This record gives sequence, C-alpha cells and structure tokens, in this order.
Amino acid sequence: MQNKFETNIILLAIGILITISIGGLVQMVPLYTMDSTIEKVDGMRPYSPLELAGRNIYVREGCYLCHSQMIRPFRDESERYGNYSLAAESMYDKPFQWGSKRTGPDLARVGGKYSNDWHVAHLINPRSVVPESIMPGYSFMAKTELSFDDIADHLKTLAALGVPYSDEQIANAAKDLKTQGNGENGDADELKQRYPKVVIGDFDGDPSRVTELDALIAYLQMLGTLVDFTSFKPEMAYR
Amino acid sequence: MSPTGAVSGTTESALPVYNMDIVRNFTVAAVLWGVVGFLVGVIIAFQLAFPVLNLDLEWTTFGRLRPVHTSAVIFAFGGSILIGSSLYVVQRTCQATLFGGPLLAGFVFWGYQIFIVLAALGYVLGITQGKEYAEPEWYVDLWLTIVWVAYLVVFTGTVLKRNQPHIYVANWFFMAFILTIAVLHLVNNASLPVSFMGAKSYIIWSGVQDAMTQWWYGHNAVGFFLTAGFLGMMYYFVPKQAERPVYSYRLSVIHFWSLVFLYIWAGPHHLFYTALPDWAQTLGMTFSIMLWMPSWGGMINGFMTLSGAWDKLRTDPIIRFMITSVGFYGMSTFEGPMMSIKAVNSLSHFTDWTIGHVHSGALGWVAFVSFGTIYFLVPKLWNRKRLYSLELVTWHFWIATIGIVLYITSMWVSGIMQGLMWRSYDSFGFLQYSFIETVEAMHPYYIIRALGGVLFLLGALIMVYNLWKTTKGELREESSFAEPAVSSAG
Repeated sequence: MQNKFETNIILLAIGILITISIGGLVQMVPLYTMDSTIEKVDGMRPYSPLELAGRNIYVREGCYLCHSQMIRPFRDESERYGNYSLAAESMYDKPFQWGSKRTGPDLARVGGKYSNDWHVAHLINPRSVVPESIMPGYSFMAKTELSFDDIADHLKTLAALGVPYSDEQIANAAKDLKTQGNGENGDADELKQRYPKVVIGDFDGDPSRVTELDALIAYLQMLGTLVDFTSFKPEMAYR
Repeated sequence: MSPTGAVSGTTESALPVYNMDIVRNFTVAAVLWGVVGFLVGVIIAFQLAFPVLNLDLEWTTFGRLRPVHTSAVIFAFGGSILIGSSLYVVQRTCQATLFGGPLLAGFVFWGYQIFIVLAALGYVLGITQGKEYAEPEWYVDLWLTIVWVAYLVVFTGTVLKRNQPHIYVANWFFMAFILTIAVLHLVNNASLPVSFMGAKSYIIWSGVQDAMTQWWYGHNAVGFFLTAGFLGMMYYFVPKQAERPVYSYRLSVIHFWSLVFLYIWAGPHHLFYTALPDWAQTLGMTFSIMLWMPSWGGMINGFMTLSGAWDKLRTDPIIRFMITSVGFYGMSTFEGPMMSIKAVNSLSHFTDWTIGHVHSGALGWVAFVSFGTIYFLVPKLWNRKRLYSLELVTWHFWIATIGIVLYITSMWVSGIMQGLMWRSYDSFGFLQYSFIETVEAMHPYYIIRALGGVLFLLGALIMVYNLWKTTKGELREESSFAEPAVSSAG
C-alpha cells in the first residue's frame, strides 16, 4: 500500500486529501445541519448601521487580539462579566470575534456598564481613567470622521450572506446611522422599531458630526445587551 | 528540458543542473524577513510592558503591529525557508530540475514576496479580515491562491519527472503541507467583498461556525505549515548534516499518516468552554491528546537519526541547532496535548501560557530547524568551502537558547499566575482581584519576555553577519571543532 503511495505522487496527493477531509467534515458539517447548534433565544437582531460601522473599526484595530468576547461558564467569569455567552449572541457576526487572549478584560457584555463619557476618555487615553492600563490610546478616532457613504452596500453584502436585513433597513441605512450617532433626529422612533434596544446618542460629545469614536462606542454599548435572559433557560443551551 | 541546457541525467554521473537561484532567493528572503519579524516581535513585546511605545498613532498600535509580527515570522520567514528548502530538497531527491523552468519558479518567488508586502501594508493601514493568522483581505487571498497553485505545479511537476523510483519521505511532508494549506486557505477565507473596488469583505461563515472554521484553519496552519512542512525539512537536512540515514522508515510511514489524519481534528481545543457545542469540544480534546503520539514519532525519528553520531552534538553547532529544535518540538507537542485537556485549558486559555507555548514551538522548533537548514544551505548555494565561522554559530545558538528560556519561563509564570488570579476568591466569597490588578502583576514578566526576544534577535543578527561573510567567501581562522583542544583531558 505505502509502496503505491510513495511511487505515485497523484495517488499520494489523493490519499492526503482524503485523510485530511474526514476530521474537518465531521466537525464542521453538523454545525450547519443540527438545529441545536444555535440556541433559540429572544432578542437577537442584526447590528444597526452605526453599530456595524463600529464593529468594523473594532475588527480593523485588532481589538480581538487582546479582548475576548466569550464568557465561559465558570463562577468567576459569570461574576466578573455576566451570564456565559451563547452561540446565538454571535449568530450575525462576520467574522466572529471571540478572541483567544485576554490581555484586557472580556467585552462580551460590556454594553451599558460604563458611561459614554468614560468610553470617550478611556479610548482617547486609557491611562486617564485606568492608570495601570497597557492599552494603546486611540485619540485619532475622535478626530476621524466616519466614512459611511457605502454603509447600505455593507448591509446588502451581509444580507446576501444570510444576515436578515430587510429592504427597508438597507434603504434607510445611512439615515439610521446618522440618527443613531447624532441623537437629535425625528426618526428615532423608526430607528428603534427597526433595531430594538438600539442606544441612541451623541456618543463622543460632538453633535456636529459622526466620528469613528461615535461608531465604536455605539458598538461597545450594545455588546451583550440583546438577548432577553428572563425568557432564557439553561436547558436551552444543552447541546 | 532544462533551460540552462543541461540534459536530465540518464546515467549516475550526468545529473541535471539544478535550479539553485530560486533557493538562494528564498534563503535571502527568509533571513531578511526573519530579522524583520523578530524585531517587530520585540517592539510589540515592549509595547505590552510600556504602553507609551504605541505612540498613539493609528499605524503603530499593538493591534495593528501584532499581525505584522505573526505574518512576518510565520508566512514571510517560515514560508520563505519552507518553499525555498522544499524546492532544494525536491530537486535533489528526485534528481530532476524544477518543473516549469526558471520563469515559473521566479513567479513563485516574486509572487510570494508580493503577497507578504501586500499583507503587511494592509495590516498597518487597518485592512484586515479580523481572523487570526488569516488577516489578509480578499484581494491578497486571491493573489496568494494563484501563487500557491504555481508552487504546487512546480513541486508536483518536479516529483513527476523524477529519476528515482521512490518519493523521498521529506517530499511526502512537503506535499501534505502544500495541499492542506491550499484547502485551509480556500475554505477559511471564503468571503464576499462589499465592492470590487474596495478592500473590505465579509466572511461567509458566521458566529459559532466561523469560530470552528477559523480554528480548524488556525490549528492546522500550525499542523501543516509549522509542523508538516518543517518535518519535511528535518527529514532531509538532519540526515544530511549528521551523515546518517533516517532512523526508521516504518516509523516515518506510521507517523506521517497518523499525523496527517489526527491533526485536522484538533481545532476545537482553541474553543473549550465556549459556545461551540460540547460534542465538537470533546472530539477536539480526544484527538488533540492522541496527537501526542505521532508527534513524538517524528521526534524519535529525528533524534535517533543521530544514533552512532552523538559526538557531533559537541563538534558540530549546526547539528546542535537541529537536534535542539527536535527537542523543542517534542516539548511543545507534549505541552500542547496537555493544554488540550479541558481542565488544564480552563486555566491556561486566554492567558500568556498559550503565548509561551506557541513560542517554544515557534522559536525552539521552527526557527531553530530553519537556522540549521540555512547554515547548511548557504555554503552550498554560494559554493563556499564552509561557513565563515562556526564559533559564531555557537554564539548564535547559546544566545538564542537563553532568549527562548527567558521567554517561555516568564510566560509560564505570568500565564499560570494570571489564570489563578482570575479565579481566586477572598475569605468573604468575593473575587479577590480586579482585572487591572492581574494586568499590573504581569509587568515584570513582560519585561523579561521582551529581553528574551532581544536575545533571540541578537542571535539572528550574528547569523546575518556570519552568512554575509560566508557569501563573500571569507573564512575566519578558528580551531576546528572536530579536534577539540581539550581532547587530551579525556
């Protein structure tokens, strides 16, 4: 048998391809076919346009290299960060940002834990609020206006990949983004209807424009806040 | 068939003229990228100890430079020496010149270097997919796919026109490396660009499925890039430098197929206690532990190749690099399965212990076997009698080894300490430490780690000097290691 493999490179290649396919198929295919993979919970919705823009900044800056978004089911983690993370909570995440290292704390449920002002101060200079912090400062974000001309295209791309954005959400993407980021706009009710629990506000304290800082804070302030845990039972997470 | 006019060998004496230009290019690239990668590693290590070094500029933060470091050492340094040495080995062991001629080989070289530069530029400018070790965006991924297919064609084509009945064991490993990386790359990077004129794309997988796909990719980048590929290197260069045959053919067959089969299952050990379903986690743990055996099969085969020639460890610093690398390989492939036990992982995950583990494999195994290979190759590629200086190789070896020891021990201490601090409770039943207190406690270890990195970089710079002198044809006057001055004492 081995003699055939090592005298015929094509056979060897086929042998390798078959050998490596088995494990990958067994581990990945059922995640798509088994309904139990993602818990059925109430409250999950796709990101609002501003949250999505903020998430893209989070990805761009490599925040996931130091911050996880995955609370493990341990007593200390629940006490430190909140309820353990569910698969449902990242079902619209492309890419997932669970992370693999906690140089800084987990952020899966950071939403609502700190004020907008705290986030502004912390992102501009982390050591102004946490003297021992080793996080880089991101003062440039406060100065950089968010570019969102193509935000509707982003929603459209995600919709094409299965994220349930409605036509209405796509059509109003840029408007919704401005509404959420400026805080003083008549369409707030519409926005709330399209994106329940959305946090509206002028996040960075500068109402004249939407900055990258606005977007990032809007994202941080919604992290882990969507799922309704009053209707969630642990049995739903048995898989 | 060969553009240099050589006729492929029909008799023992008429060997083909091998394409060594391409190997020379890749060797030079590997050395340069190695220094760049180690340097960026040192910089980001100091950033973690002294955050002011992030400079508050968007292009120099840890988050943007860290992928520059990982890509530079894995894909630029590791990839260049892997491709280069595989093209050396495949020609020698097949007694055939490269398929496709110098043009196709040149395309592989320049195409791969362009890939590296495009990827690194992207990271600094904030263009990333946000998937670890798969950060390059869609256009860079497409370009790499083209280059990789060309590499596959060159390699396979050369094996096909070999003048030897059997395919040498090193080439099995190279083949597994090339094919599997292609599959991993295509699946993990499947994405849809927002616009064909823009860099941003969205990955087609989401959430828990994306996590599984990513770590199926991520762990097998370790398994097939950093392990199978470098084992291929070991299977050629260790026997050559030791002037001994591979210890066991049977063992190489068994550990090759079991390694290829088992590795691919190990991905979920990066996702223990996460929202990944338990059945997948259990599979990942089981296969990760089993993986210990084929890994040590490779280690034994590497070590025992030296049987009957152990004295070379004393007399030949190049062998010292190679055998130490196999030792580190054995250590990391024991530590890995141990960390894949869920109970151990609950402590080690998210901490510096993982970082230390990766570096005992990356510095100890990957870099050391590469250094050994480079020291072996350079005199041959530039037609020199020997290296400029073997004493400098010894200096490189010891300085780098001390650097590794500082690195991994400081990360063990800081990782285990942080894991324990996170879960420790005071006598009133409250969490004893706030998160920031655990960050503060890491500070001394981050400095020790950075100093370890400095030593490793220093060793690499000594290598650069030594190789530079070697290519110029200079020979340093030094007493031969083969006849040690102390021999009379024994």
